Amino acid sequence: MAVDQQLKIEMGKQGVFVTTLQELYNWGRRNSVWPMNFGLACCAIEMIATTMARYDIARFGAEVFRPSPRQADMMIISGTVTKKMAPQVVRLYNQMAEPKYVIAMGACAISGGPFKQGYNVLKGIDRYIPVDVHIPGCPPRPEALLQAFITLQKKIDAEALTGQERPRFLDPDAPGEFPVPEPAEHDLEPTANQDVWHAPVVIR
Amino acid sequence: MTNSATQSAINTQVEGWNRPREIEPDGDNELLEVAMGPHHPSTHGVFRMDVALDGERIIRLKPVFGYLHRNHEKLGEGQTYLASIPYTDRLDYICSLTNNWAYALAVEKLGGIEVPERAEYLRVIVGELTRVQNHALSVGFLIQDMGASGTPLMYAFREREKILDLFEQLTGSRMMCNYMRFGGCRVDASAEWLDGVRKVVAGLPAFADEYEALLCTNEILMARTQGVGILPPELAVNAGATGPLLRASGVNYDLRKVDHYSIYDRFDFKVPLGDHGDVYDRFMIRLLELRQSIWILEQALKDIPGGPIMDPKAKIRGFRPKPGEAYGRIEAPKGELGFYLISDGGPNPYRYRVRPPSLINLTVLEDMCLGQNVADVVLILGSVDIVLGEVDR
Repeated sequence: MAVDQQLKIEMGKQGVFVTTLQELYNWGRRNSVWPMNFGLACCAIEMIATTMARYDIARFGAEVFRPSPRQADMMIISGTVTKKMAPQVVRLYNQMAEPKYVIAMGACAISGGPFKQGYNVLKGIDRYIPVDVHIPGCPPRPEALLQAFITLQKKIDAEALTGQERPRFLDPDAPGEFPVPEPAEHDLEPTANQDVWHAPVVIR
Repeated sequence: MTNSATQSAINTQVEGWNRPREIEPDGDNELLEVAMGPHHPSTHGVFRMDVALDGERIIRLKPVFGYLHRNHEKLGEGQTYLASIPYTDRLDYICSLTNNWAYALAVEKLGGIEVPERAEYLRVIVGELTRVQNHALSVGFLIQDMGASGTPLMYAFREREKILDLFEQLTGSRMMCNYMRFGGCRVDASAEWLDGVRKVVAGLPAFADEYEALLCTNEILMARTQGVGILPPELAVNAGATGPLLRASGVNYDLRKVDHYSIYDRFDFKVPLGDHGDVYDRFMIRLLELRQSIWILEQALKDIPGGPIMDPKAKIRGFRPKPGEAYGRIEAPKGELGFYLISDGGPNPYRYRVRPPSLINLTVLEDMCLGQNVADVVLILGSVDIVLGEVDR
C-alpha cells in the first residue's frame, strides 16, 4: 500500500520523510541494477556504446558490469543465441542470484531475427528463460537499450513485496532454477521450457 | 590411441608442418585445465580456449569455436545476390562497410560490372573511416583487457561515435550500413555530408596524437606487451595470417598495394611494418595505420569527382550472372577479407564462401601463447583482433 501523496507532501514540509518498506526497497533495487558483462554478438557493441560517455548508462545506476553472474542482477542477451550457446546462457542465468532480470536485446534474441532460418540459431531466448523486456532492432540503438532499462526500472518499482502478485524471488514455491537444455540429435532437448514459453496462438 | 599415433607420425613426416611446438612442464606438477570462455569478458564474444596450465605457464591451448555459428554461407546460397548484402554487414559487425565492399567486389567480378569513379571514391572514404574506427576500438579493447578499465576505450568510442554519426547520415544506420551495391553505392553523398567528413577527419590527427601520447610510452603497457606473444614472420606467412598481425611481424603485404583493387593506386600512403612481431608491435601498427588512413581520407576528400554512383548497366534486382566463379578480396581492417562465389546461372549463388581474416589469424593463436603466462593470453588474443561473427560466421 502506497503512502497518500498529499500526506507525504504535508509531512515533508514538517521535515518528516514517510515511505513504505516496499517503496524504499524497490527504490534501492531499481537504482542499482548491475548488468552482467556478457556480449553475444553484434548487439554487444551497441551495449558497450551505451556504457560509454555519450549514452552513459551510469545515469541510471547500471554502469557496473560484472563479469561474474553471481554478482549481477540483470542479464542483457545481446545478440544471436545459437543452439551451442543456449545451454550456457541458461546455466549463466541459473547461476545469477535472485532477484534477476533479463533484457532480450535485438531481433536475434527475441526470435532469431534475420538468422531465424538457420539450422543452428535458437528462435528466441524466451523459450528457456523468462524475459522481462524485449527490444526490437538489428541492432537496437543505444537509446533503445536505455529505454528498455527505464522500462525495467518501472517494472521493479511496481513489484509488490507480499500477496499473490509478488515476484518469483519472494515466492518460496517458485522454481529457482530453469532446466538447462541438452544438445540432442537434431535440436536442443527439450525444444522449449513449457513453464515459461507457449507457442503463439494464431487467431484467424 | 592409434588415431593420435598416426597423427603424430604425420606431423613428424611432413616437412614444414606448422604444428605448435611442444612445451614441457617443468617438474611434475599436475597440469591445471581451464576453460576460458565462452563467457569470459576478454574473449570479445563467445569463444572458448581450453588451456592446460603448469602453474602460470601455458602448456596447451585449444581454441573452440562455433558458439556464434549463424549459418551465413548456407543462408547466402538460399537467397539472391542482393539479399546477401545485409547479411555481410553482420559478419564483422564492427566494420560492416568493408564487408559490403568485399562482397560487392566479388559479385562485380562475377557479373563483369564496372563501378563509376565517384562510387569508388565514396567506397574508399567509408572504408577508411571504418578502418579508423576499427583500429581505435581494437586498441581500446586491448588496453581494457590489460586492466586499464574504461579510459582508453572511452577515448576510442568518442571518436567512433563521430564516425558512426557520419555513417548514419549517409546510410541510415549506425552499425549495419548496408550501403554498397554491385555496380556502385546505394545513395549519393551530399556536399554537406562531405563537409561533415572533412570536419571529422580534420579532428582525427589530434585524436591520434592524444592516443599515442597517452599510450605508446606508458611503462605498464610496454612491460606487459613487449616481447609477449611473438609471431615469427615465416610462421605468419605459412599460416596465412593477414592484416596488422602479419605486418607487425615485418612482412610487407597489404592488399591495397598488392592487389591494386579499387582506386588505391591513386593515393600516396605507406604500409607500416613491425620489427619484433610482439603484442606491442601489433598495437603500434594499428596506430600507424590509423594515421595512414587519415592521410588517405584527406587525399580522397580533396579530389572526389562528381558523377553517377551506379553503373547504369548494373542490374540489381533479378541479377543472374553467367555460370562461373569469382573471388573478390579487399584489405579489411582485420586482414584479407574475401568472398568466393560460384554461379550456375541462377538468381542465387551455387556456392558462397567467406574467407574471414579473423578465423585464419586465430590459427596461430596457440603458437603465440605457448610458454606465456596465462594473463598474457588475453592480451595476445586481443592483439589478434577477432570478431566472433566473422570467425564462426
